Amino acid sequence: MTLASHPGLWLIAAAALLPLLRGRPRTVVALVAPLAVLALAWRLEEGVHWRAGFLDMEVAPFAVDALSRLFAVIFSLMAFAGALFALNQARRLELSAAFLYAGAAIGVTLAGDLVTVFVYWEVMAVGSTLVLWSAATPAAYHASMRYLMVHLFGGMLLFAGVAAQVAETGTTAFNPMALDGPAQVLILAAFLVNAGAWPLSAWLPDAYPEASWSGMVFLSAFTTKTAVYVLLRGFPGTELLIYAGVIMVFYGIIYALLENDMRRILAYSIVNQVGFMVTGIGIGTEIALNGAAAHAFTHILYKALLLMSAGSVLFATGKRKCTDLGGLFRSMPLTAACGIVGALAISSFPLTSGFVSKSMITQAAGDEHLFTVWMLLAAASAGVFLHAGIKFPWFVFFQKDSGLRPPDPPWNMRAAMLLLAALCIGLGIFYAPLYRLLPHAVDYEPYTGFHVVAQLQLLLFSGLAFFAMLGWLRRTLTITLDVDWLYRVLFPGIVAILGGALGRAIAAAEARAARACGRIGAQARRLHGPEGPLSRTWPAGAMGLGVMGMLLALLLSYYLF
Amino acid sequence: MSDHWLTRPRTIRRLWQAFIAILALTVVAELAIEAHPHFAAESLFGFNALYGFLACAALILVAKGIGLVLKRPDTYYDDDAR
Repeated sequence: MTLASHPGLWLIAAAALLPLLRGRPRTVVALVAPLAVLALAWRLEEGVHWRAGFLDMEVAPFAVDALSRLFAVIFSLMAFAGALFALNQARRLELSAAFLYAGAAIGVTLAGDLVTVFVYWEVMAVGSTLVLWSAATPAAYHASMRYLMVHLFGGMLLFAGVAAQVAETGTTAFNPMALDGPAQVLILAAFLVNAGAWPLSAWLPDAYPEASWSGMVFLSAFTTKTAVYVLLRGFPGTELLIYAGVIMVFYGIIYALLENDMRRILAYSIVNQVGFMVTGIGIGTEIALNGAAAHAFTHILYKALLLMSAGSVLFATGKRKCTDLGGLFRSMPLTAACGIVGALAISSFPLTSGFVSKSMITQAAGDEHLFTVWMLLAAASAGVFLHAGIKFPWFVFFQKDSGLRPPDPPWNMRAAMLLLAALCIGLGIFYAPLYRLLPHAVDYEPYTGFHVVAQLQLLLFSGLAFFAMLGWLRRTLTITLDVDWLYRVLFPGIVAILGGALGRAIAAAEARAARACGRIGAQARRLHGPEGPLSRTWPAGAMGLGVMGMLLALLLSYYLF
Repeated sequence: MSDHWLTRPRTIRRLWQAFIAILALTVVAELAIEAHPHFAAESLFGFNALYGFLACAALILVAKGIGLVLKRPDTYYDDDAR
């Protein structure tokens, strides 16, 4: 294989071509390019296909194994589904930016060395920021600037980490690492920033929901899942990740439960779902890693489906808040049905894709006798149904009648939702092709009577809790403060206070200096001015008297000492 | 328009009855299947049902508690470009 069969580069080429096209040719390129890229990704052969020298280092920008192929396939598939959904997006920059972003994400998965990872990592940050800008609202612009700051910070950590790693080991190779020193810690921190790990997770629910109705579909797929990929490759079995993952899982649930904006609910639930994957990577057994990889694959599909459903509602009504929505199932039955399929899949209902992927992670926790982790993951599985599985469809499509009667969206948006809904259910039933794509051989059967009944009990009784405690979940016009409060309010506040104090101190010092100068001037004027004692004309006799006085004093001191 | 059949009180009552019947069924089904638990807790009858319910109730209460401290009007960040 040569560089010409690198799927990511072709997608980036399509991104460059799109702005030049209008009308039908544009539609053709927008749909055919990701399909061609998907075909390339599907046929990737394992091995290192391109090596090159860069400065004094050897890099391998095109290397393939089972894990990278899995992610290249799902990223290409997502680029196609997203392009289909976004065909009628009036802002044409967005799809170009999304292809650049997706192409760079594929570039990361096919990178055989850390330098190439870094390069594509930064291109992803640029591409995703451009997707945010395409929304062209002041809120999106300000959010994108905060988003960019966080990701450039992450990129800086990665650069420092990679530089230290190369200096330490003398090789750029991207292999599993142990947390031996600052180099590995920096690299892990950079990966976790992009994964949305707490405490630097607020960028995700802050920025993504400000994208356009189609933009968030793309944003949800690539950044966090690329982070999952690099964690799978670089840090499998790192115990720290179990804790990081469990915190993400519960952070996502709690904040989503408190949230009123439907797309922010789904944004928090991205953090929650990536938490499951990060936990699996931390457990690090073959089944856990398979589970994390499979869950990334299925998650991309059902999260995109949920966001397409939410995006269709936003497209049709212009509203995002649960308090403004409700009762839409009457006039948007297809959007509601697809949203429910996505909600069932994210909740890991049997016969959906989430069931066959997430259960591998819980199974791994059980196999390793990690009782606490297992209990927490089970509680979180129930919590997923609570915060995303029921809450999203209930408040958007049912609850009260908002009086809104928008129709289902245009054909391309409906087709994209139907495609993903079919995949969510299809993979839940025919899971063997997915299991064959996984990095390790799979010896796991998701559909045992015990497992199905246990999962159904867990989920349905969490549904009972939802409806029994519905009064406690009433939506209010509120947001919940997150860690981003530190850099949006506290730090600027401290800077303002310190800046004010510094300004006052400088002004006071200036005034004191001016007064001192004034006093010196006045004194000089008093002594040396026209009437000053020192500039008067003195008679010669007075000087003679003065000199005699001085001589006398000298004589006296000579005798005395 | 509350005349949609899904929103009629009678339908909602039926849905609740069906829901409770399904809930009961999932618990009873435990008798008919072969268990292969990882942990002792899993072999308790109705463990997952009880645990799912209690976990969600706890999550809602914790969220409520955190909300008391951290909730703000959604115009909180609006007044300037932060």
